[in-house]
Amino acid sequence: MIPLSWYLMLSAVLFSIGVFGFLLKRNIITIFMSIELMLNAVNLSFVAFANYWNTHPQMLPSGARMVPLSGHVFVFFVMVVAAAEAAVGLAIIISVFRTRETLNVDRVNLLKL
Amino acid sequence: MNGSILTLVTFLPAIGALVLMLMPRNDRILRWTALVVSLVTFAFSLHLVRFFDYSQRGFQPQFDTNHAWIGQSIRYHLGVDGISMWLVLLTTLLVPVSVLVSWKSIHDRVKEFFVLLLLLEMAMIGVFLALDMFLFYVFWEATLIPMALLIGMYGHERRVYAAVKFFLYTMVASVFMLIAIIWLYTHNPQHNFEYTAFRDVIAHGGFSPTALQWLFLGFFIAFAVKVPLFPLHTWLPDAHVEAPTAGSVLLAGVLLKMGTYGLLRFNVGMFPDQSAYNSSWINVLAIIGIIYGALVALVQPNLKKLIAYSSVSHLGFVVLGIFSLTTMGTDGAVYQMLNHGISTGALFMLAGMLYERKHTYEFKEFGGLATPMPVYATFFLLAVLSSVGLPLLNGFVGEFLVLSGTFQSAVPHGMLFAILGSSGVIWGACYLLWMYQKVFYGSIHHDENKALPDIDGRERISLVPLVIMAVIMGVASPYWMKSIEPAVVELAKPAAKIASEAKAPTQSKLYGTTEARALIRTKVDDRTTAGLGAASLGSKTATAGGQK
Amino acid sequence: MTKNLHLWVIPLLPLIGAAINGLFGRRFKNAMVSAVALLFTAASFGWAAWAVYSLWPGGLAPHIETLFPWITAGSFSAPFGFYLDQLSMIMVLVVTGVGFLIHIYSVGYMSHEGGYYRFFAYLNLFMFFMLTLVLANNYLLMFVGWEGVGLASYLLIGFYFLKDSAANAGKKAFIVNRIGDFGFLIGMFLIIQHFGSLNYDTVFNKIAEGHFAPETGWGVFTVTALCLLFGATGKSAQVPLYVWLPDAMEGPTPVSALIHAATMVTAGIYMIARSHAIFNLAPHALEIVAIIGCLTAIFAATMGLAQTDIKRVLAYSTVSQLGYMVLACGVAAYAAGIFHLMTHAFFKALLFLGAGSVIHAIGGEQDMRRMGGLRKKIPVTFWVVTIATFAIAGFPPFAGFFSKDEILGAVFHSPYGGPVLWTIGVITAGLTSFYMFRLWFMTFFGEYKPDADLGDAHLTAAVHASPAAHGATPHADSHDDDSHGHGGVHESPWIMLAPLVILAALSVVGGWVGVPQFMGGHNEIEHFLAPAMESRSAVAGEAAAPEHTESLASPIGEIGKENKGTESTSEEWLLAGTSVFAASLGLFFAWLFYYKRRELPDRITTKIHGIYTMVLHKYYVDEGYGAIFVKPLLALSTVVFWRGVDQGVIDGLVNGAGTTSKGIGNQLRRMQSGNIRSYAAWVALGGAAVIAYMVWLGVSK
Repeated sequence: MIPLSWYLMLSAVLFSIGVFGFLLKRNIITIFMSIELMLNAVNLSFVAFANYWNTHPQMLPSGARMVPLSGHVFVFFVMVVAAAEAAVGLAIIISVFRTRETLNVDRVNLLKL
Repeated sequence: MNGSILTLVTFLPAIGALVLMLMPRNDRILRWTALVVSLVTFAFSLHLVRFFDYSQRGFQPQFDTNHAWIGQSIRYHLGVDGISMWLVLLTTLLVPVSVLVSWKSIHDRVKEFFVLLLLLEMAMIGVFLALDMFLFYVFWEATLIPMALLIGMYGHERRVYAAVKFFLYTMVASVFMLIAIIWLYTHNPQHNFEYTAFRDVIAHGGFSPTALQWLFLGFFIAFAVKVPLFPLHTWLPDAHVEAPTAGSVLLAGVLLKMGTYGLLRFNVGMFPDQSAYNSSWINVLAIIGIIYGALVALVQPNLKKLIAYSSVSHLGFVVLGIFSLTTMGTDGAVYQMLNHGISTGALFMLAGMLYERKHTYEFKEFGGLATPMPVYATFFLLAVLSSVGLPLLNGFVGEFLVLSGTFQSAVPHGMLFAILGSSGVIWGACYLLWMYQKVFYGSIHHDENKALPDIDGRERISLVPLVIMAVIMGVASPYWMKSIEPAVVELAKPAAKIASEAKAPTQSKLYGTTEARALIRTKVDDRTTAGLGAASLGSKTATAGGQK
Repeated sequence: MTKNLHLWVIPLLPLIGAAINGLFGRRFKNAMVSAVALLFTAASFGWAAWAVYSLWPGGLAPHIETLFPWITAGSFSAPFGFYLDQLSMIMVLVVTGVGFLIHIYSVGYMSHEGGYYRFFAYLNLFMFFMLTLVLANNYLLMFVGWEGVGLASYLLIGFYFLKDSAANAGKKAFIVNRIGDFGFLIGMFLIIQHFGSLNYDTVFNKIAEGHFAPETGWGVFTVTALCLLFGATGKSAQVPLYVWLPDAMEGPTPVSALIHAATMVTAGIYMIARSHAIFNLAPHALEIVAIIGCLTAIFAATMGLAQTDIKRVLAYSTVSQLGYMVLACGVAAYAAGIFHLMTHAFFKALLFLGAGSVIHAIGGEQDMRRMGGLRKKIPVTFWVVTIATFAIAGFPPFAGFFSKDEILGAVFHSPYGGPVLWTIGVITAGLTSFYMFRLWFMTFFGEYKPDADLGDAHLTAAVHASPAAHGATPHADSHDDDSHGHGGVHESPWIMLAPLVILAALSVVGGWVGVPQFMGGHNEIEHFLAPAMESRSAVAGEAAAPEHTESLASPIGEIGKENKGTESTSEEWLLAGTSVFAASLGLFFAWLFYYKRRELPDRITTKIHGIYTMVLHKYYVDEGYGAIFVKPLLALSTVVFWRGVDQGVIDGLVNGAGTTSKGIGNQLRRMQSGNIRSYAAWVALGGAAVIAYMVWLGVSK
């Protein structure tokens, strides 16, 4: 049995990669992929915890009650949101590309005064 | 009919606004619709006068409308007494008149203009009718938006500055009132916003005098800005000068009365002790307003600015009358509210008519206009005389009662205040006659003025009701007094009693002991000297008091 | 009390006339306008005469009619109510009678003027307010008339509003009157405070019941009386508020006759006489009344000496005569004051109308130096003005002699007067005689010199707003028809002369109702007025016996009576003789200077140039008021209040608050760079901070 901490560390690493990718990359597509990476890192920890509490109910804090599959349900939520986001986001990216002819976020700065 | 008449009067203009919004952009039809809506509202408001129970004594709002609105604690509660009835009538009278004066002067975005005007009417009527403090606050703030937009969209050169200044000035002050209302709500065992419940809570809640003092000030600041009381008046000249004519008429005619109405209904009505103890410095501010407003009016080079400053002076009389804490003075103050709405409303309309012809308010562009515009000059003279307080016109009744009431008042230095206030009759004559001479007398030194057209039928129709009212109110004041006085007695009596007891300290019943009274005095002094420190102290004490 | 006389009709009739002419007069022909105006004034006079006749001679109690409440608040109530006693009988007859005559005169005088309907509407309006003033049964309603006549006066002075000087004069009159009204208002407040009412009968009965002794010091009645006096100084043009009356001559001449000579300006005297019960309780106030009256009398008389504008001479003479009346009130000889008020109304109206006739005759010229020799050319005017001049100068048997003598006699004997005030009064009488005969000689004798070169024109120009304007503008008080030019001096039409003749008759016989006892008369007017002027205790008990009145009469009344009883007849003759001698002296010097040796005045004025200039400039009082009050006030308002406090301090603070928050916002705005990745960095930093905080929480546990 692989301990919970391993999953969590993997999740943290993936999340950090996503954050840094988001901050450092200039290409909108890459940034978008970084966001997906962060979302999936969170998904991973959800699933890991769900599994952990299912197998180790005695580790629950006193008074807390485990709702079966709740972690999995969250994952599905996140996946749906991520899919919707991808649909809207990609549409925006396409229209931005059409007008500005670039995918560099630093040049999409109309809000800036 | 009696059960829903208030709702009808309040929301008929709003319905009219809605209808206007849906109508096609035909200016002619829009104007007529607005006029009809406002006239119908006026007709409905006459129902109040007709069926008002003049024999009633004590605080019994009539035509009471009371429904749950938001949850159980916030209620839709409307009602009139002898004071608010006349203010509602003043509003419903001035709105059709304002529609008429805007007939030609507004030609861009006509639809929006009349929609805003009618929404403003709804909010103003609501302010005078609301008996639920939450509802009152909603209406109170709701007047700001249409008025600010009227100034900002239809005003003159510096309209945006004036609109923003007006909005922020009054908005910021109202926040203090909101805090006071919420505080009272949280300490109200009935957990509602009822006016009468608030009154009871203040009277019997056992709050510390300091807490009450802060509550009093919270309300006072909101109203004082609206009045406007010196030194919180500087938004007024700007707003007036920039506002379109209809905006000025309603601003001076009704919106300012919301401030004095609030002072009377809430400050004096709910806080008799604090009213008595704060009357001195408030009266000082009122006196400064009377004299200072008049002197500044005297040197204005601009017709509309002069009238605006004259409002500062006139409203000083109203505040003086309210805080004279006598029946006579407060009667006069309420009467003066109505008078000012009529006479200053007429003056602003007349100024607007001149603007339509000359596109300026500067005196140096006028002079000798009595020759080309004799009818206009006559109307103007009547408005000036009404404003100057000539007997047999309305202004005199109010001024006389205010000053006479102040003279007999038990508040400290009442006699001195009355004498200083009476000097206002001199200043009034000075600036108004000076203005009249500048505009109408002498020879014409601008050739284009020789051919100025006199006022036409529509303009006459809009002025005639106000002039007739000025005469009737000057001759037959008991007709108004019979409903005003019982309401005034109800509101002002507790404060008046405390003021006169303070004058004769042996009979003091305030808080049971004279020590408590001494405490208030020191606390009040603390407030003025220690400023913010005392503020936090005050609120802490207040909370403590409430938790008991 | 039993009869209902409908007194309200008397003031209302002229109001209806004013309304008709004011609203529809523009479309009327002149004849129609004057018909309306005359009809309603005549009807008012008729009604008043009928009412007086019905009550004649009036009982001890006044006739009171109350219509309906006008102002009610708390326990206070003031009704529309009317009050007819002997005092208001005289006033109402003088006002309607003289008013009607002047209306007739105006029909002729104003026939060439623009704004004919406006003039008569204003004139009728004035009648309405004046009648309200004298008929009111409470101070508040009196105040209605009081302010109202001020308004009418404002409108009529500014009748030729195209002239700046006329508009200024009207404004000045209104504002100065308002300053006086301020005092009146305070006086009313004090009366309310102490009597709870402004109704005459309530106030006077309370006093008559004898609760109050005359004050020895400066008590509340003294203050009340002084406040009322201040009101009177405004309306009746007394020191220090007399300054508006000379300027008021900018109005058409009939207006000067009606408002600024015969009726309105006497309102102050009427008010003091009406309030005599209060004044009698305040000896100090009476002293001050006497002093003010006396000062005004002599002060104005000296100013009248140097004037060259015929109407201004009459204006100063009016101020001076009003001073006499106030003086009479000040020595508690109210009846004498009212007597003089009545005779003065006759002869001063006559003088003004006569002056108007002269001005009319010579085409609008008002400067006496351009007149002369008119005796032959306008004989009727000459004769009536002669009668009036002798009347005002105080020669027997003309009206002015008796009333003036009455006042001076009372002043001499009164505890508030005494020889000093009497001496000043006699000197004033001499001066009056001098300047009136100066006017007479300059106007009617010598040679007619329409184009006289006015040597000191620059001086005149400075004093009189602008003499040129009189003839220059079409609306000016002139008659520039060709036939009216300088060449064709002509007598006025009979519609103007008829009132003059009637007034002349009254100026002769008007004084005979007050022939004093020592001359074998009965002094009817004093007896007639006695019920109104005595202490009002009799009124309290409707039909109280006369002895009762005597016993409760106020101490001042007693003093007056005692003196009357003890004074010797020879002393009376001496006093009367002195004042006639003073008048004769004035006549002699006027004859010497302005008829016999015309070069003398110039020589004298060059010798005492300083004093002359000062008198010509009316002691620089107007300039003084301007420099002390008006200019500093305007400067203060502009510089300190408006620019300083309003725009500087208050708006500075407000706008300062605005710019401060704007500045803070400007700084904070830099965080919003618009760069997506910097926003993301902020988000990440924030997240990291939250995590760090939670970790720290966990660790520290």
